[in-house]
Amino acid sequence: MGSVKGGGMGKIRTRFGDGSPVELSEADLMQDLENGTAEAAERANIPALSKEELQYLLDIFKAPYSFVSVEPGNEVILSYDAGTLKIRRVGVNVDRIQALQIYEKLFGADTMELCHVDYSFKPIKPIVTMERPILEQALLSTHIPLFYGAMPNLGLYSQPDGPFPNPAELLPQGKIGEAQASYEATIETAVRDIVYASSAMHEAGADGINLDTVGAAGDADFLASLIAAEKLKEKYPDICIELGMAGEFILGMHSELEYDGVRLAGLYPHDQVKLAQKAGVTIFGPVVNTNTSETCPWNLSRSITFMKECSRVSTIPIHVNMGMGVGSVTVNDHPPVDIVSRASKAMVEICRLDGL
Amino acid sequence: MARLQMARGMRIQQAKAYVADKLKISVSELTDPVIMSEVRDDHQIGLMTPLPGCAKGIEAKFRLAELLGLEINCVERFKARTAS
Repeated sequence: MGSVKGGGMGKIRTRFGDGSPVELSEADLMQDLENGTAEAAERANIPALSKEELQYLLDIFKAPYSFVSVEPGNEVILSYDAGTLKIRRVGVNVDRIQALQIYEKLFGADTMELCHVDYSFKPIKPIVTMERPILEQALLSTHIPLFYGAMPNLGLYSQPDGPFPNPAELLPQGKIGEAQASYEATIETAVRDIVYASSAMHEAGADGINLDTVGAAGDADFLASLIAAEKLKEKYPDICIELGMAGEFILGMHSELEYDGVRLAGLYPHDQVKLAQKAGVTIFGPVVNTNTSETCPWNLSRSITFMKECSRVSTIPIHVNMGMGVGSVTVNDHPPVDIVSRASKAMVEICRLDGL
Repeated sequence: MARLQMARGMRIQQAKAYVADKLKISVSELTDPVIMSEVRDDHQIGLMTPLPGCAKGIEAKFRLAELLGLEINCVERFKARTAS
């Protein structure tokens, strides 16, 4: 870790997790850092940050600059999920291949992802023949690695959107067994869709497949993704699979699902990554959610505690999710650069990450 | 470096060392835009500002695959569809 000079005896300007500004004394800021790491350590039964690491975080927050960055040599890969979707979401009316070129040539992206606005594998399946030529043409006109990505999104498989009984309706009625059976049936169908669409895009030339927002529908969602990764790796031993998470721990919506003898409900990033490795995942994208009613120092200290342990136990590259609402980045549509840059610097330099 | 992470599962420092070795530059030079523009131009592996005549897109990836000793999925696919 390097040092960050600056700050004085006055208040330190920072923000809450919702982005609203706040000024803290040095003592209060340090107290938030200590509370954040203690909360994560207790929750996930992992080591808290050391005094030196907390002091380093304090120095980053005290730095009197709007933007801070890593020391030379500590740069990491900057990848983007759903980029061709997000550029349309902000009202930039360009075609998806143009979007990929904009990210490569103007934003300096290290990797990019082609995706559809209906960003789930289920709706991709019937239109995959229309998606393949877009990717094939994009690969001719760009040189950065291109992923094809979508979400497993098991929520789409239950009624009224899908064929299976809705667990969210069954659970309040006390129909636990029926809800679990529905989740189990969903997994098999979702795996089929993920493998089908991913195979088509891999054979079209994709550099990698991104399973994004994994676990959004709970433990069944995570299990479907692990099984799909395993099947894709068996089918294409050289395939690159990135698995990006939806939240910091696996929601136990089914609650008894296991992968390789490990119960999935309640797993935190340092345990999630071990299963991802076993399933053949190439790059893991862990998440820690931002708490809007706590300060950014509290959130950052907490996030780094989870991510440091995840990176330590991992043998595969780790690309932490650092977007709006995750990784201590504030929950608003225009994340302030003072927090984004501080969180990114601290995350990379303390956790020894491979990418963001 | 991203391609090394994706193709070989290398972590960042290992990937940086590998690429620096192949490009015959130091690790610290990998993120210097001026030096890297020259290196990229020399090797024709894709530039942020590609001048007329530079290798672009798939052309640059052919050279990148050879330089890094990697198989790039779309390059292999291109070869299969263009060679007899």
